[in-house]
Formats: sequence, structure tokens, C-alpha cells
Amino acid sequence: MKKATLSPYILWSSLFIIVPLLLVVYYSVTIETPEGIELSLENFKKFFEPIYLKVLWRSIILALISTVICLILGYPAALILAGKSFKRSNTLIMLFMLPMWMNFLLRTYAWLTLLEKNGLVNMIFQAIGLQPLNILYTETAVILGMVYNFLPFMVLPIYSVVSKIDRSIIEAAEDLGANSLIVFLRIILPLSIPGVVSGITMVFMPAVTTFVISRLLGGGQFMLIGNLIEQQFLFVGDWGFGSAISVVMILVILVSIGFMSRFENEEQGGRLW
Amino acid sequence: MLVILAVVVAGFYVFRDNRETIYVFNWGDYIDESVISRFEKETGIKVVYDVFSTNEDMYVKIQAGGSSYDVAFPSDYMIKRMIDEDMLEKINFDNVPNYKYVDERFKDLDFDPNNEYSVPYFWGTVGILYNTAMVDEEVDSWDILWDKKYEKQILMLDSQRDSIGVALLKLGYSLNTKDIAQLEEAGELLKQQKPLVLAYVVDEVKDKMVAGEAALAVVWSGDAVQGMAENENLAYAIPKSGTNMWVDSMVIPKGAKNKEGAEKFINFMLSTEIAYLNTKHVMYSTPHTEAKKMLDEWILNNPAAYPSDEALENTETFQALGDVLREYDRIWTEVKAR
Amino acid sequence: MVMNFLKRFYVYILFVFLYAPIVVLMVLSFNNSRLRGSWDGFTLRWYIELFQDRQILTSLYYTIAVAVLSSAIATIIGTAAAIGIHNLHGFKKNLIMNVTYIPVLNPDIVTGVALMILFIFLRLRLGFLTMLLAHITFNIPYVILSVLPKLKQLNNNLYEAALDLGATPWYALQKVIIPQIMPGILTGFLFAFTLSIDDFVISFFTTGSGVSNLSITVFSMARRGVNPKINALSTLMFLTVLILLIIVNLRMSKDKNGKGGGNGKNKEISLGARDSSGGGGGLLRI
Repeated sequence: MKKATLSPYILWSSLFIIVPLLLVVYYSVTIETPEGIELSLENFKKFFEPIYLKVLWRSIILALISTVICLILGYPAALILAGKSFKRSNTLIMLFMLPMWMNFLLRTYAWLTLLEKNGLVNMIFQAIGLQPLNILYTETAVILGMVYNFLPFMVLPIYSVVSKIDRSIIEAAEDLGANSLIVFLRIILPLSIPGVVSGITMVFMPAVTTFVISRLLGGGQFMLIGNLIEQQFLFVGDWGFGSAISVVMILVILVSIGFMSRFENEEQGGRLW
Repeated sequence: MLVILAVVVAGFYVFRDNRETIYVFNWGDYIDESVISRFEKETGIKVVYDVFSTNEDMYVKIQAGGSSYDVAFPSDYMIKRMIDEDMLEKINFDNVPNYKYVDERFKDLDFDPNNEYSVPYFWGTVGILYNTAMVDEEVDSWDILWDKKYEKQILMLDSQRDSIGVALLKLGYSLNTKDIAQLEEAGELLKQQKPLVLAYVVDEVKDKMVAGEAALAVVWSGDAVQGMAENENLAYAIPKSGTNMWVDSMVIPKGAKNKEGAEKFINFMLSTEIAYLNTKHVMYSTPHTEAKKMLDEWILNNPAAYPSDEALENTETFQALGDVLREYDRIWTEVKAR
Repeated sequence: MVMNFLKRFYVYILFVFLYAPIVVLMVLSFNNSRLRGSWDGFTLRWYIELFQDRQILTSLYYTIAVAVLSSAIATIIGTAAAIGIHNLHGFKKNLIMNVTYIPVLNPDIVTGVALMILFIFLRLRLGFLTMLLAHITFNIPYVILSVLPKLKQLNNNLYEAALDLGATPWYALQKVIIPQIMPGILTGFLFAFTLSIDDFVISFFTTGSGVSNLSITVFSMARRGVNPKINALSTLMFLTVLILLIIVNLRMSKDKNGKGGGNGKNKEISLGARDSSGGGGGLLRI
């Protein structure tokens, strides 16, 4: 009886999870020739041409930069929110999350209006006598969009780990004469690592795969790997090449997750699930 | 939760009625929207309306087969390609009596010599829309798009055929060249230009130019006319060395589920009043003889909308390219990926 | 003291960064001028136009319809699956859990194109149905992952006792197991619902034939340039979310059952955090 409840899901996941992935793999390793469909690594070979490797490289670099900025901005924020500075830090965390509830497209669109040459940011800059900042349709705008959209993904996991640290450990350390730097380095930092790891993964993954932010804020100039996939499927119609890039993207994600979770296991050992 | 479910089910009945339906696939912002509801009211046929932004985009969606459309609006060279690949239905012109209003100039064109598959909708040119407050020299050559003075003030079309076409024209080659070396040269030119380009856009171009966000943009003429109507600083130029002239036509893709409904729609679009409404709204050049007569003076006299014959003398239409298209795909991807 | 001030200041600066764009959109939604540079008087014009825009209204309908249907169906399939998975052991369990993690870990764009290929392969017309199927597919794992922890906390003896007392397995399931895992089921449902409402990428690839959800409509409008109607839409959506959160929060603090604390999204994100970090472990277990 209890096992029977599983069968709809098995059916569903085979059809809608396994089969589509197999189809992607199938398209990535075949090419159409006049004589019919042939097994070939042509599509992958094409991806390793310099021009496409550059796209992959650019995606990874932009995602990494955004992740680092999110970490630099988010880590102190998470510590402060988890600390004693605010009385109602639950409400504050809620306020932190609130923008996340807004539609992702709308949040990105907001920056589109702000960053225009005659947009509000430039008007304020000019009003206070600063040089106008023309960053719409540059890599800076893309990074800004990523940081804005994904910052809460960094803050929240760190916050939830740090806020669970037993205060008595910190007090004990202080009683034993540790100053706040030592407390931070020896207690808070190591204990916050699992949160940092989650945060990095949660920012890096959507950042490296996005095609919307680069499309709207990059003006079609900064092709990322996501845009390349979109273009192959929707504009060029080359499913084989598109599938091959998808396979590469899955590998990038798996490698980064594997890397991060190993790191986490060494530090912490425990898994959350 | 039950309430929500009830609403959804009720919504199903409201939205998913069993009326006769046609699926229409048009360019973004290329119709007076009120025309759709009028068609629905007058014929009782429901219209499901979907938009695309470039010919390639439209072609891939139709060819992939995920959706089937009853009416689509490709341009000349794409129509030729679709005819060659057996993707279009022959139109039964007995059901399209309003075809008589179409200017003879736009019948039996190269891409559809016996006019069996397509009915012209709008035509136009490709040119440079520029802001006279930012550009004080005369614009009469494609070279200005490579002028370092306008760094980050140039908008290019995110459409491979059009942008590579601009580079070919600058080089003095034919828009329809099949010479790979010439195409490579055009690709190189676009790569050199990239640092000067603010963005590659299609739909945004009007809004950006009207708002004064860029100085120069490669546009289709109708967008230029619309922009000029909203911002008096804007002007449109067709470079002396020539440009592309195009025709967008209505076609019925193979696999259309409601061919008769599609023909009714095409005929409806050609009725004088509707053609006038559409022309007034999108401001592209109409091939409809009667609708054109109803237009205001200012638009009839606007050389961007209705250029003189001599301005058109130097124009070339796109031809289907066959296998060379792959090179276009590759070169354009390389330019954008750079 | 100074330190404390700096800390507060820092957090407030971040809040400005997070909220400024939204506030600007809200203010501009009342601006009479279409151009964004100048304030040209207060107007409700864009709101009126918004409610007359057929495209936006139908996409709103599709968004809600897909969200309700997909999260309801995913909750049923997912809960049933979780109960089944809970009773599995060893290799089989690992295998199914790894499959479950695929849609969670896979980049959305890959899930999207993979499903698009499947639908075209099956000769389904891309549209409402395919978008619904796609949403159910990416929702189910989140339901399973919300229900499983509740099942782990379950006392198995109760179920056995019910059987001993003569209950049929179905009756025992209904009366003993389901009520106890209800909080997990509800979390899963809400989770699925919000994911579905917010989805852009997967919908973008799996829909067609003129059917689009709100995200897709916003995308195509944003590509046409700045449009005050989008500002009005943003304002309404932000206020809806704000009001919903306040209600949820008030209810939470009223029945203070201690666990989780905070609001739904809070839970969602921490759940998300667990997904991605724990997920790797799950995959590596094979």
C-alpha cells in the first residue's frame, strides 16, 4: 500500500525528469548528416573553440565577482542582524527578504529605469555635482543586477547559521580573556562556514546560468552561457549545439557543487538533509 | 483553497471556450490592437495573438513544431526560404477579395513570383535614425556608425541579417553575397564596431531614441517614423550607398489548423478601414492603395515613410541564401559573443 | 557605542540599496509623464491602463491558474511519493532521492530546454498544458523535500497500532499519517505555489501559442523599453506581498509554535539553502 503511493511519481519523474535529460544528451552527441543521424562529438568540439570558451569564461568570472561582492556585503550584514544591535532582528530579516518576493523580472527592470543615461541615478549624480555614470549595458550593470537579485541568498543562510551559535560559547571565550577579534576568528568564523558555503552556492548557481540579467542590463552585448543556450534553441535552431552547451553547464554546476559540499563536509561533517 | 480552485475552474470556462480559433504570429508592436477584438466581434473567431522579434526567431519557432500558427508575418527572404522548404500553404485568393487593394508594385515579387503564398502587409527600408541634438553633421553614409566620436551612443539591430547587411553595405558588397570571404570581412567590421555600440536591440530601439538615450540607431523605417512623431529632434536617413528594402507579408504556415479562418483574417486585414487603422498606428509604409489615400499629409510627405522613387533606386531586397545562412549564424554569434 | 552606530548604519545602507529601486518604481507609477526624468503631476492613469490591458490580465490569469493547479497536483503526487520514499531503503531510496534532486540542482534554463525538447518530441502544442506540466515537474521535489522531514519525526508505532486495531492501511494513512505530516504538506504547497508564481525561465521555454505568464509578459514589455504600466504593476505586486507577509506574520506570532519562526519566505530560503548544499551530498552518495 505504502509503496503503491510511489508509482505515480516514478512514472512522472521518468517521463519529465529522466527522459528530457536523455534527450538533451542524445541531441548533444548526434549530428544530422545527409545520410541520417550520426553519433559525433562535433557539437562539443565546437564549444571548445576559443570564442565559446570565452563565453564560458566570462560567465564564470562575472558570477564569481558577483558572489564575492555578495559575500563581502552580506557576511557583515548577516553577523550584525544575528547580533544584539537590533531589538527586532526577526522583523529586519523579514524586511531583508521582502524584495525577494517581488518578481525577479520586475526587480531587474527597476534597474533598467534607474541606470539609463537620463535615469534617476544620473540625475542625482548631476544634482550633487558628480560625473554622470553611464553603466547601463556594461558589465558593471550586469554584476550590479546579479548582486541586487541574489544578495539575500547570501545573507539568509549565514544569518540562520550564525544566529544558532550558542551564546554561552562566546561568553565562555570572553570570560577566558578572548578579545572580540579572537572570538570572531576562533568561534564565529568557523561556525559560520556552512552558511557561507550555502550562500556561495546559492548565489553562484543562478548567477552563472542567468540569461535575463545579461539580456536586459547588458543590452545583448555580454553574451553569457545562458544567452548562448537561449540563442541556439530560439534563434538559430541548432538543438545539437544548444544541448551540448547545456551538458557543459550541468557539468559546471555539478563540479561546483561537488567542490563546495566537499569543503563543507571537511569543515562540518554533518549534512542538513 | 477550494475557493481559488473554483475561481480557476470558472476561469477555464470563461477563457477556454470552444469558439473557432486562429493563432496569429506577428512582429511585436505591429498592429493596432483594437483590430483584433474587432475581428473577433465581426467573425466570432477567437484570435490567439503571439509576437516575435526577428525573422529567425519566428522561423525557428514554426520549424521546431512546438506551436502551430494559422497566420504569420515573415519578410521577403524568409518567405522565400519557407517556400523552398515547403513550410507554407498556398493561399486561396478567392477567399481574399480585398487583395485587389494591394498596389501592383508589391505583387509578384521575386520571393513569391506568382504570388501564391503571401499577401503584403507593410514595407519599408533600413536606415539610420539619429538625434539632431547630438549629431550635427549630415548623415548620409553607413560610415558614421563606425565613427569613434559616437562611442557608446550607437544602437544596432539585434537581427543577424540586418546588422551583417549594414556591414556589407559599408564595404560596398551586395546584401545577398554568398562569398564567405566578404561575409567574414563584414563580421570583422562588426567586431571592430562593438566597442562603440551601446546595445544590440530590436524592440527597445524606439523608446531609447525617443528618450534621447543614444545618438544613432539602425532602424526599420516605421520605427523611425514613430520615433520622429514623438521626438522632434529625431531624423531618418537612408545612406547614399544604398540600403535594404523589405516587404513583410502575411502567410499561412503548413500545419495551420484553420486555413479558412486564416484567410478570413488576411482578408480582414486588407479591408480599407482596418488597413488604415493599422497604418495609422504602426506608421510603416502600407502597400494598400486605398488606406494610403486616407493618411495625413505629414506622414505621406515624410520621406522616411514614403521615400521618393530615386531614394529607392539604390535599394536591394534580401534574397534567400540557402546554406550560407549557417555562416550568418556563426558570424553573428561570434560578434555577439566577443 | 560608535561600533553599534556603524553596524546600524551599514544595515540601513543595505536596506536603501535593496529598497531604493522599488520605491522609485512606486513613485514613478504615479507620474503623469511618460518620460522618467521629469515629474509631471500625480496620476492614476497607468493603473487604469493596466486594468484595461488585455495581455496583462490574461497573463495574470494564466499565472494564477498554473500556480494553483500545479502546486495542488504537485502536492498530491509529492506527498504520496514522500510516503513511499520514506519506506524505501538503501539503493532504491538513494536512486529516487537523486532523481528528486535533479530539478532542484539543474539550472532552470537546462530544465526548460530539456522539457521543451520533450514536448516538441511528443508533438504537444506548446501552451497552457505544457507550461502546467513543467511547473508540476519542478514543484514536486520541493513538496517531497518538505514532507520527508515530517515523516521522519513520525512515530511509526501509531500507524502500526491503528492497523492492529483493525484500520485498513488506507484508513490509517488518512487518519494517522496525513494529519501528522500536514504542516509539511502545507509548507510544500506554499513553497510550490510561490515558485510557480515567480517562475520565468522554465515557463519561457515551455509555453507558446500566445499563452504567457506575468513574468514573460513583463520580460517582453521590458524589452520594448520603459513602460509606466510596469511600474504600476510592480507597485501592486509589492503591496500584495507586503500585506500577505504581514498577515502571515501576525498569524505566526499569534500561535507561536516556536519552530521556524519568522515568515514563509524565511522558511523557503532556509529550505532552499539546505537543498543546494545538502543536495551535493545527496548526489555524491551514489
